[in-house]
Amino acid sequence: MATEQSLRTPAPAPGDTRIHNIGYRSYDGPRLGRSYARLSLYSQSLRGSYGLGRSVKSKVLPMLLFVVMCVPAAIMVAVAVATKAKELPLDYTSYAIVMQAVISLYVASQAPQSVSRDLRFKTVPLYFSRPIETADYVRAKFAALASALFVLTAAPLLVLYIGALLAKLDFTDQTKGFAQGLVSVALLSLLFAGIGLVIASVTPRRGFGIAAVIAVLTISYGAVSTLQAIAEVQSSGSDSAAIAWIGLFSPITLIDGVQSAFLGASSAFPGGVGPSNAEGVVYVLFTLGLIAGSYGLLMRRYKKVGL
Amino acid sequence: MIATESLSKRFPRVTALDRLSVDVGPGVTGLVGANGAGKSTLIKILLGLSPATEGRAEVLGLDVATEGAAIRERVGYMPEHDCLPPDVSATEFVVHMARMSGLPPTAARERTADTLRHVGLYEERYRPIGGYSTGMKQRVKLAQALVHDPQLVFLDEPTNGLDPVGRDEMLGLIRRIHTDFGISVLVTSHLLGELERTCDHVVVVDGGKLLRSSSTTDFTQTTTTLAIEVTDTDEHPDGTRAVRDALHARGVTVEDGRGLPGAGHTLLLTAQGEDTYDLVRDVIADLGLGLVRMEQRRHHISEVFKNNDASSDEQRKEAVGHGD
Repeated sequence: MATEQSLRTPAPAPGDTRIHNIGYRSYDGPRLGRSYARLSLYSQSLRGSYGLGRSVKSKVLPMLLFVVMCVPAAIMVAVAVATKAKELPLDYTSYAIVMQAVISLYVASQAPQSVSRDLRFKTVPLYFSRPIETADYVRAKFAALASALFVLTAAPLLVLYIGALLAKLDFTDQTKGFAQGLVSVALLSLLFAGIGLVIASVTPRRGFGIAAVIAVLTISYGAVSTLQAIAEVQSSGSDSAAIAWIGLFSPITLIDGVQSAFLGASSAFPGGVGPSNAEGVVYVLFTLGLIAGSYGLLMRRYKKVGL
Repeated sequence: MIATESLSKRFPRVTALDRLSVDVGPGVTGLVGANGAGKSTLIKILLGLSPATEGRAEVLGLDVATEGAAIRERVGYMPEHDCLPPDVSATEFVVHMARMSGLPPTAARERTADTLRHVGLYEERYRPIGGYSTGMKQRVKLAQALVHDPQLVFLDEPTNGLDPVGRDEMLGLIRRIHTDFGISVLVTSHLLGELERTCDHVVVVDGGKLLRSSSTTDFTQTTTTLAIEVTDTDEHPDGTRAVRDALHARGVTVEDGRGLPGAGHTLLLTAQGEDTYDLVRDVIADLGLGLVRMEQRRHHISEVFKNNDASSDEQRKEAVGHGD
């Protein structure tokens, strides 16, 4: 307090040394209100998803996963350019499906980072004592994680696309594929962000959050693909309806179904047969329903947190 | 600043606030009550975060039920519990909180630097909060409540967990929030003693009911009592007695400070204006004694409560009547 006192009282000091009194200055500038606060929370969370503005340690994993996501795309492009291939070794829409383990790992590590920390360190009340409301918090966090996921999944597609153009592949073909890929990863980002956040927002413990997200994503995928394989063997490939309906029950097969029905993707389902158009509509509704549902659950969850 | 009118908050099993009507003006106001008396519930309602079961309340002239967002833009809130992430620096954290209050990026950074300096955080503000002492963390919590230059701050138990020195510093800081920064303060505590030094006005709640609301001067300045302590010399082996006799000779009634620290060596007398001080000084100088201390002894709020609250039950006195 001694130093504070001297700062406060403008005592004439001897000689040249002088302590300037910079008293309290009030703030008359603009107060940008709720939407600005929501945007600030969004950008802070988005940056945080890649460890920006946080410690070096927390940058390692997201950055590493980002690199792991992009390297195969770069290799494919290099191969395509070098061998003067007629087309890319992998479709734009298949990329995320092939790399689903990396995406799951990213959601599992960053969803708890985004929401569990606020719960654990009880920062949430500080947010809600400011102009923003529950909906603003949920939307900002949801949008931030979905954007982070979109960056993660769209970046390698961009690498593929630029590479394809460099390799002088057919422009319209490539652009169409790229656009379809972007729509598909946008849906995937929203879906995975929603599922990840709902799970992570239940627990203030980051470790539990990570484990739970990984468990939900991998177990559901494991169970669905096993059942689909069994269905394929039993129906001996003639009837793909059972395979399609089973595919509704894990996030990644859901996306696979949507894009093979409407986005010209070749399905990764056993037998390589995706859902028909009618089944595809159910897939789309199911996907949108899950996204809306996770938003609703998050709203309910944060209504209770309050102060 | 704050006005409530028969404000009630009932939870399924408890009544947190029971028809509380209170008016709080500008300045530093203490909200005193035992744990669970309804202090935090009141703050939540005043921030517009929790609807009241019945009654109404206004903060800065805004209705808490309908204009919560406008209120939260103009008030600051320092929670009772820990609320700081350990892996970011105080600067980063407070800048983020400033932006959450609507300050543009540049202003947020400037205000953060200013505010952290005012609460007494200097070089350490660039280090992660995890390594801070409790006192420093409390300062960061205070800084995030002040960073957007609110008109009013709610401080929920700001001295919790602090040692006596930290407690005094925090109370000094709270006083300065009003005198130097011009921000009104509503500070809660379960310790009546520490608020009497800091607050202009004290509101006492118990069991969600208003027990008393009045200014601190009403509580403590009914009489001015002087406490005097002197040294002994060879000539006057018992200096205290010598002074008492000399004062008696001049017609001043002097009491022994029984029950006070240093009893037997402390004299108490009622001051009748400036003359009394001069008289005491002259008497002691004539006797050739050293004056160790001469101070105004204010009554403690707790004493006032013991006298005025004879009707209330023992337990309540225990709860609110204890100083620190």
